[in-house]
Amino acid sequence: MIIGQIKDGIVLDHITAGNAIRIYHVLGLDRLTCTVALIQHADSKKMGKKDIIKVGQVIDLDFAVLGYLDPGITVNVIKNGELAKREHLSLPERVTDIIRCKNPRCITMTEPGIRQQFRLTDPKKKVYRCVFCDSEAPTEL
Amino acid sequence: MKHLIDILDLTREEIENLIDVSLDIIGNPGKYKDACRGKKLATLFYEPSTRTRLSFEAAMYELGGNVLGFSEAASSSTAKGESVSDTARIVGLYADVIAMRHPKEGAPLVASRVAGVPVINAGDGGHNHPTQTLADLLTIRREKGGFENLTVGFCGDLKFGRTVHSLLSALSRYAGIRFVLISPEELRLPGYLVSDVIEKNGIPYEETTHLDAVLPELDILYMTRVQKERFFNEADYLRLKDSYILTKDKLAAAKPTLSVMHPLPRVNEISPEVDDDPRACYFRQAENGKFIREALILSLLEVTV
Repeated sequence: MIIGQIKDGIVLDHITAGNAIRIYHVLGLDRLTCTVALIQHADSKKMGKKDIIKVGQVIDLDFAVLGYLDPGITVNVIKNGELAKREHLSLPERVTDIIRCKNPRCITMTEPGIRQQFRLTDPKKKVYRCVFCDSEAPTEL
Repeated sequence: MKHLIDILDLTREEIENLIDVSLDIIGNPGKYKDACRGKKLATLFYEPSTRTRLSFEAAMYELGGNVLGFSEAASSSTAKGESVSDTARIVGLYADVIAMRHPKEGAPLVASRVAGVPVINAGDGGHNHPTQTLADLLTIRREKGGFENLTVGFCGDLKFGRTVHSLLSALSRYAGIRFVLISPEELRLPGYLVSDVIEKNGIPYEETTHLDAVLPELDILYMTRVQKERFFNEADYLRLKDSYILTKDKLAAAKPTLSVMHPLPRVNEISPEVDDDPRACYFRQAENGKFIREALILSLLEVTV
C-alpha cells in the first residue's frame, strides 16, 4: 500500500497498534476537510506493529491529550516537504477537561463551571487522580 | 496564601511547629488571649458537626477573635442553589479565615481558589479531615512523647474513614512505624493507600478482620465509627455497623501503655465502661483539637505571639 508524502502537515507516528481510530475521534480529525490518512497495523522495527495518522495540513494539537492517550507517539511536523519539528510525547503531569471524574461524591459533579483536572500519580501504571477527590481516573474517556 | 486542604500540604516540620505552638498555648493560655483580636473566622458547615465546628469557634474565641458562619446548608444560600465558589468568594470579603465542612469531596479546594483568604478543610465527604489529623498527632505526641517506633492499629471503617486516611499518611513519614489494619472485608483500606502510602514508604503492615488477635501488639488503637452517611445502601450499613465493639474485657489483653483513640462521635464501637480506663484518651483527643486549631489559625493568619 502506498500513501503519498505530504508537503505541509502532521504525521503522528508510533501510535500503539489499534489506537489510531480512538485518537482520530478524540482529536476531532473527522471534522477536518483536508486529506487525512489513517494507517493501521503497519510493520515497525521498533514496535512490531504500529498505527500512523497523516494529516494534510498543520493543525494545533493538544500534546497533553495526545500524551495521555498514547505517550509513545512521535509527532512530526512537515513544512515544504521537510521535517520541521519532531516531538516525542510523554505522559503529561496534569490533564484538564479530558477525563471526567466518576465519583458521585466529588464536587465536580455539582459545582457549575468547574474544570475537570487530574494529576499523574503513578507514571509506571499510568494512574491519574482527580485533584479534587483523589479518585482514580476512569480507564475510558 | 497558605491553605490547609490536605494534611500532606504541611511538611513534617510545619506539623511539628504547630504542635509546639499548641503545647505553648496549653502551658501559657493567657499569652494568646488577644492574639487574634479584630480578626474573624467564618465557619461554613454544610454538614452537621459538633466537635469540629465548636472547637474551631472555641479556638477563635480563646485567641480573642470573632466567629461568623452557618452550621447547615439549609440556612445558607446553598439552599437557593448558590455554588461553593460564589459563597467562598463572598465570605472571603467578610472574614479573615474560613473553615469549611462540605459533603462533597474537594469543595474546600474549590473554595481556596477563589476566597482570597486562607481556607481550612474541616472535612470534605469521605476524603480528608486534616485538622482532625493534627488533633490526633498532638494527642499522640502528648500521650506517647513522639511518633517513632509505634505499632498503630486502625479499626473499623478503613474504607470511608477519612481520619484514618489522613493520619496514616501523616504517620508514614516517621521511622519505626508499623500499621495493623483491622476491618471487615467490605471496609478495607483503599488499595491506592496501601500501594501509594504504606508500601511506597516501606512500612510493615498487616491486614486482619480480628481485633482480639492483634490487640496485645498495639501501642495505639484508633477506633472508628462505621458512618451511616457514607453508605448508599442502608442494608450494608446495618450489616457492618457493629463489626467491632471494644469492651473492658477485651482491653484486659492489651498493653498497659496502650492509647485508645477515636475521632468521635462514637456509636457502639467503644463501650462506655471503657471511658474510665486511663488508656482511653478520646476525650483528651477532642480537647487537643481546640489547641491545635488555635495554633493553625495563628499560623494561617501569620500572627506571631
